[in-house]
Amino acid sequence: MSIETAWLGPEEWQAVMLSLRVSIWATLAALPLAVFVAYALARWQFPGKQVVNSLVHLPLILPPVVTGYLLLMVFGTKGPVGGALQQIGIVFAFRWTGAALAAAIMAFPLMVRAIRLSVEAVDPKLEQAAATLGASRLMCFATITLPMILPGLIAGAVLGFAKAMGEFGATITFVSSIPGQTQTLPSAIYTFLQVPGGETAALRLTLVSIAIALTALLLSELLARRAADRAGGR
Amino acid sequence: MLTVSLQHALPGFGLDVQFEAPPGVTVLFGRSGTGKTTVIQAVAGLLRPDQGRVALEGEVLCDTRRGQWLPPHKRRMGYVFQEGRLFPHLTVRQNLLFGQWFAPRDAKRESLERVVDLLGIGPLLQRRPGRLSGGEKQRVAIGRALLAAPRMILADEPLSALDEARKAEILPYFEKLRDEIGIPMLYVSHSAAEVARLATTVVVLQDGRVQRQGTAAEVLGDPAVMPAGVRAAGALLQARVARHHSDGLTELDAGGVPLFLPQVAKAPGSMVRVRISAHEVILSRRRPEGLSALNILPATVENVRTGGGPGAMVSLTTPAGRVLARVTRRSAQALGLEPGAECHAVVKTVSIAPEDIGSGK
Repeated sequence: MSIETAWLGPEEWQAVMLSLRVSIWATLAALPLAVFVAYALARWQFPGKQVVNSLVHLPLILPPVVTGYLLLMVFGTKGPVGGALQQIGIVFAFRWTGAALAAAIMAFPLMVRAIRLSVEAVDPKLEQAAATLGASRLMCFATITLPMILPGLIAGAVLGFAKAMGEFGATITFVSSIPGQTQTLPSAIYTFLQVPGGETAALRLTLVSIAIALTALLLSELLARRAADRAGGR
Repeated sequence: MLTVSLQHALPGFGLDVQFEAPPGVTVLFGRSGTGKTTVIQAVAGLLRPDQGRVALEGEVLCDTRRGQWLPPHKRRMGYVFQEGRLFPHLTVRQNLLFGQWFAPRDAKRESLERVVDLLGIGPLLQRRPGRLSGGEKQRVAIGRALLAAPRMILADEPLSALDEARKAEILPYFEKLRDEIGIPMLYVSHSAAEVARLATTVVVLQDGRVQRQGTAAEVLGDPAVMPAGVRAAGALLQARVARHHSDGLTELDAGGVPLFLPQVAKAPGSMVRVRISAHEVILSRRRPEGLSALNILPATVENVRTGGGPGAMVSLTTPAGRVLARVTRRSAQALGLEPGAECHAVVKTVSIAPEDIGSGK
């Protein structure tokens, strides 16, 4: 048994591990789509661009409880999408996958914003130059744009991860707070604070939260600086 | 052979050009804002013309009437941009090799060693573009375009972002591309000196139209065509290096007439092109004596063009080729310079600048 498991109770440990799993999956799953949407918003002109932009930003401005309730209606087992997915064995409601879905949707606008800014900073003339050298659009993206937006992409991913770790309102509305199933760090802290004598457990989890957030931030700074050095041509 | 026919609406005017670029270097020559860049971008596929057709060696790159469009990455045109556009996150070596990933396997390609050697960029290979000077960047950009195994090089004012010293450094590399690699080139410029040095064919653009097309000597010697302004007028002579003199002069044989230039670093027997600025030429009806100028060409006045100003542009036939002289209208009258009049064109050796002397025919 490691020190952490001795220090944290089994229920607390479960919440930490679940939160990490939910946040990592939410970030990894949302990242490719976020890059695509950010690139499309930064580079392309298409009808309905403003609608897409508003939809992407909606979770940022809606009350999280509303987002959670909408998710429950759409992805719940009786919802139009959730019902269909249940037929093929994918269930979101009251499962950790649902917590990941909620976290991904809440983190998505933050990721898109950070990545879009870095795409806009890449000179499209470089992509033109790559095209004249024989690179197709996809190769242009993979060899020129992607390496150059890497700092912004890392920043966006960390921001998204932090948001996913802290997500509470939409998660608890959509998947409740079932220990071992859907009880993430914030919902565990909230639950501990509801019972007498739970303050110390809540404090321990708070310290863990701070530690994870700081580690993520430092790691991203380090990676982003390295990527920026490369992209800056030094 | 590249054939181009384009119509495209631009702010303020319409572009409507037709021309052909035979093998060698074709310079699109004209003032800024005459649509030169639009033309070269349409050839590269970076711009879709409103209407037109572009074909290279019979292959259609773009034909708006038939709805044909080859995207830029399939055209294999080596583009040298004004500002280099090197990829900042890649080393010089990675920049150079970028195009080789995408070139067809059976394409005729230059080796990295030869290009690096030709452009003198060996010491730069491990650096990133952020640590290169303007001239170095442009040399790498030329190499990068060349190593993509292009069917043609497109150069859009590749020297205009450089200072005079860097221009003089880069220009010889384009001559090498023409003379040693022998790749066809479409080169956009507003500088008469670059035209004189590089062009085998000149297409003069004015207000979105082709004003004149011909060989460099024909176009530069035509007093009616002055896209770079009358102050930049000057005819192009082709001559053979005869011998080098011990006092630092190089003697050329220009159609049987000796022409003395400041030392030219070319072996006797090689051909050079020399631009003679019109305003550096003095005319005299009698053969002058006791004059410090070394070059005195017997000439016959072909025509005299005058405008509203005090100047007159006299075009002359000489054994060396056509020479333009810009004198005052007053002198032209006083000397009786009329078509058919015999006279002598005097050119000071030191008035011929190094950037006016290039290699090749």
